[in-house]
Amino acid sequence: MIEALEILTNASLWSAVLRIATPLIFGVLGALLCERAGVLNLAIEGIMTMGAMIGWLAVYLGADLWTGLAIAAASGAALGLLHAFLTVSLSLSQHVSGLGITLFASSLAYFVYRLVVTVGSLPPSIEPFQPIKIPLLSKLPFIGEIFFSQMGPTYLAIIAVLIMIYVLNRTPLGLAIRMTGENPHAVEAQGLNPIVIRIVAIVVGSALMALGGSFLTTAAFNSFFPEMVQGRGWICIALVIFASWQPGKAFFGAILFSFFDAYQLRLQHVVEDVPYQLFLMAPYVLSIIALILVSRRAKVPEALMAPYRRGER
Amino acid sequence: MSVALEIDGVSKSFGSLIANNSISFKLNNGEILALLGENGAGKTTLMNIIYGHYTSDAGHITVSGKRLNGGKPREAIDAGIGMVHQHFSLAGNLTVLENVMIGSEPLFSRKSDQKTARKKLLSISEKFGLPVVPEALISSLSVGEKQRVEILKALYRGAKILILDEPTAVLARPEAERLFKTLRDMTKEGLSLIFISHKLHEVMSAADRVAVLRGGKIVAERNTNESTKEELAELMVGRHVERPIRKKQKFGKIVIQASDIFMKNNNKTELDNISFKIREGEILGIVGISGNGQASLGKLVSGMEKASSGKIYFYDQIMNNFSPRDCIDAGIGRIPEDRNSEGIIGELKIWENSIIERLHEPNFTKRGFILKKPSQNFSQNLIRDFDVRGATTETEARLLSGGNMQKLVLGRALSIKPRLIIANQPTRGLDEGAIAAVHEALLRVRSMGVAILLISEELEEAVGLADTLQAMVKGRLSEPLTAEDADATQLGLLMAGVWSKKP
Amino acid sequence: MRLERRTHTSTKLVLTAPVVAIFVSLSISGILIILAGVNPFLAYLEILKGAFGSKLAITETLTRACPLILTGLAASVAFKARLWNIGGEGQFYIGALVAAAIGNNLLIGIPILLAMVLVMISSMIAGAILLAGPAFLRLRFGIDEVVTTLLLNFIIILFVGLMIEGPLKDPFAFGWPQSVPVDRSLRFSDLIPSSRLHNGFLIAVFAALIIWTIITKTSFGLKARATGLSPKAAAFSGISLTKTIMIVALISGALAGLAGAIEVMGVTGYVTTTLSPGFGYAGIVVAMLAALHPGGVIISAVFIASIFIGADAMSRATGVPSFIADVIMSLSLLAMLIAIFFTNYRIKK
Repeated sequence: MIEALEILTNASLWSAVLRIATPLIFGVLGALLCERAGVLNLAIEGIMTMGAMIGWLAVYLGADLWTGLAIAAASGAALGLLHAFLTVSLSLSQHVSGLGITLFASSLAYFVYRLVVTVGSLPPSIEPFQPIKIPLLSKLPFIGEIFFSQMGPTYLAIIAVLIMIYVLNRTPLGLAIRMTGENPHAVEAQGLNPIVIRIVAIVVGSALMALGGSFLTTAAFNSFFPEMVQGRGWICIALVIFASWQPGKAFFGAILFSFFDAYQLRLQHVVEDVPYQLFLMAPYVLSIIALILVSRRAKVPEALMAPYRRGER
Repeated sequence: MSVALEIDGVSKSFGSLIANNSISFKLNNGEILALLGENGAGKTTLMNIIYGHYTSDAGHITVSGKRLNGGKPREAIDAGIGMVHQHFSLAGNLTVLENVMIGSEPLFSRKSDQKTARKKLLSISEKFGLPVVPEALISSLSVGEKQRVEILKALYRGAKILILDEPTAVLARPEAERLFKTLRDMTKEGLSLIFISHKLHEVMSAADRVAVLRGGKIVAERNTNESTKEELAELMVGRHVERPIRKKQKFGKIVIQASDIFMKNNNKTELDNISFKIREGEILGIVGISGNGQASLGKLVSGMEKASSGKIYFYDQIMNNFSPRDCIDAGIGRIPEDRNSEGIIGELKIWENSIIERLHEPNFTKRGFILKKPSQNFSQNLIRDFDVRGATTETEARLLSGGNMQKLVLGRALSIKPRLIIANQPTRGLDEGAIAAVHEALLRVRSMGVAILLISEELEEAVGLADTLQAMVKGRLSEPLTAEDADATQLGLLMAGVWSKKP
Repeated sequence: MRLERRTHTSTKLVLTAPVVAIFVSLSISGILIILAGVNPFLAYLEILKGAFGSKLAITETLTRACPLILTGLAASVAFKARLWNIGGEGQFYIGALVAAAIGNNLLIGIPILLAMVLVMISSMIAGAILLAGPAFLRLRFGIDEVVTTLLLNFIIILFVGLMIEGPLKDPFAFGWPQSVPVDRSLRFSDLIPSSRLHNGFLIAVFAALIIWTIITKTSFGLKARATGLSPKAAAFSGISLTKTIMIVALISGALAGLAGAIEVMGVTGYVTTTLSPGFGYAGIVVAMLAALHPGGVIISAVFIASIFIGADAMSRATGVPSFIADVIMSLSLLAMLIAIFFTNYRIKK
């Protein structure tokens, strides 16, 4: 029992929390942006998988880490464009379209990976991101290790949260996105084009999702292997609901989840008789519980999932 | 230029349906023009074309001498056209200010200037006498307040020509009169207005000129001070369609009786101490502006929602816990408010829609299996007896026109040999021919002793059909008034909530 | 350019949709095969050979199609009522686990046929209960069942791992952990001798027939279809949405659970954490390619199975990664979505 609590005093735990949260933060921001504009993006699991593979592949083939991330983001944007075409231009079922792209993006990622790395050989590793120690601040006790010795993409994720909060609430573009998710006909009546707005939101959101995936291969682990995303995409979808579609709350939701994840990893060493699978189950079980808790209050964007067809008034 | 807006030869078709057929008219500066027509005459389509929601197939729109390309609301807004939609273009979860501001600033500017916008909104609001609270959420506003925001949206973007689509459909009489006074004041500020309506008294009192639309064409233009309601009515309808006349008759036993019904939904009181009764052979008409609880009343007596307290009896049976299925079994025929989303399942065939309420009956199912032949025969009879045109039993129901769909729903409700009929807005969106058919059917079963609860926004319909009338205002029902005692002024007062007796 | 809803969709048009979708999918996948440095026509020929080129190939394809028919039925029944059951994978595994647990030695002394039926029913109950949870959460709390069923998949697979490393561990197995086996007497016998094709296949086909009958000929089937097409109108006409969706969920979960049981009883005999190479997810594609038609599910299940069996053989022969099968499958789904769209809408200038 004491050891279980002792883990909480360890700065490395909290540092790990931020690190583990990074892909979730990108993923949840991306999903949130799409949903605020009115589109559910279930392609997230596939986009994260593709982002992970392409980010790794780019670096493996010689690009530097940040270029790898950029290429991963571009791959996400491309998949987002496909999802936008199916759900916005053709108004197809957002559920089935998203799942279809998840299957496609994952299988394409594994296929390309297999072209490069044949069966049987060890997954080649790359040189991952190293923590950037911010001068002076990183020397602070406890919080120095946690907040000022993270890897580049983690800082980027936190900045992304702040940018998202600002853009959504304080810019005309953000207002346009929010209103598209509430009443696209109202947007059209005011002279804007809700179709273009939705497409842009989906493309940018998908790029963010892919960034989250690429963090897994360029920072967290340093190689790619099939099934490595492990359902993080679905957890992000649950987190968006849990966060009432607000970026600030989404950030804290991601932190909360990552805390449980980081904690259980360390707890396994301390508590010996419990099967490890129970610990691994925790994030998924927590997600379901979070959904149940929030179900009453959820203020859903009114036009979420409602297809928009021009001229149908 | 004394002409603010000119429509020249505008035509628009949807498939084989010609909505607008070479329409031409002018709107002069500073005038209020009414566009009058029945449901389905093409009024909303025309307005949507002017505002750029639709592109016309032919014809031109000219604003103050400049021709519009059409097809883009942005172009219309820039040209000074503003539109107040019938179904408000508002986002409930956002504030008044946000709803007004959207689209007014360049999309990629770095910061939204809320302070200036707020000032501008408040000054316009004061100038035109349309008070609003900028920070209020749209979902917290009343219908009248929401309409004010819709109007302010247009004025905020500098509209000089304002189009209003059925603006008084959701307003009580005093609110409607206040609106028209505001509109008149606007013309003094240099605006020109078009409003769409199918209400003759409104058109006569509020408009300078009226253009009558029928079957997609303009059939007449008149100055309102040179015409009469009768002339306009005949122009609007085109032929002398007689609505069937109700004959006085004796009533039988009490069929349905509701006492002290309350219905609460999430802290909101939808129905407030409602009481009514209907006897065999009697039509009770519930009149009132939509949004005052009619939908909840309809749901209550259709088995879709339960009362929070109070009792309803169907003959001797207590009906508080009736499900839709119980209603059907008891002999309550229901015509839902929205035939498209509640009455008919578009992708199913007509024969499937015909038996959908009666799947548990031995006529149509045996041991869980559908008896297809008897079902199709039954459906065929419905089509024949109720003059449902344009389809066979195998056609998908979504292909029926509005009037034929309603006839099918009506026929289905009557086929269970009901003792009570709930007719909720039974003629909404129908043309005169279909309206007459529905009225004729209702009066026919009334003469056979069926009780009918008629919920209608159309005062004329209720007055024509009902033996007894009660007005619904803010979830409460006025004392019943017999048809003989009801006159226009009385009813207007009742519908506005001015009840002489304390309810 | 505008989109206009068609008034009439001919059967011919509906049947061409999957054909066009598959053709598009194969074309795009052909490009990927070229990237792998192989002639796509050669590769597709190898796939055909691998799937249908010999008696062994055909039986392998049909064996692979068997669980796909059942998970395809599970998805199509649910989707018809607009219940988005993405949890076929988890329901499959729980059915498999229950089959191994009960079929191991619990039914000794009971006549074999009865025992086999009991095993299958137990698995069906397990699958049904598993989907009932998310269905209840949706009906009561409005929680999207897509997310809950997906999350459950991960939970169940971990649970299976836990069980086969613990209480259900086979003490006699070496190597990877596996569950206790189903008793030999309760295994399906071969449908085609000296092949892996087992009698469970007949049950799958029979299930498709039963589901087709239920959906098209019974009043429950009409209720389920009505619920999926227009919940408001269905409720108004007296159909109990809660009851209908719950029953649909039980049937759908049961079918996926049965898939797991039959795979264990017919093919492997025991459960591992890799028993399913994504049968649950593939079932969704199977259902969509068949436009949710139970008879069509049989055909599309055989098609999908042939792609996977054929691709394995092709991969060994040409070196193209066998993941191409997953690519072809998922592209078929996307192409099918677009094709269905054009059977409902036409483009007008």
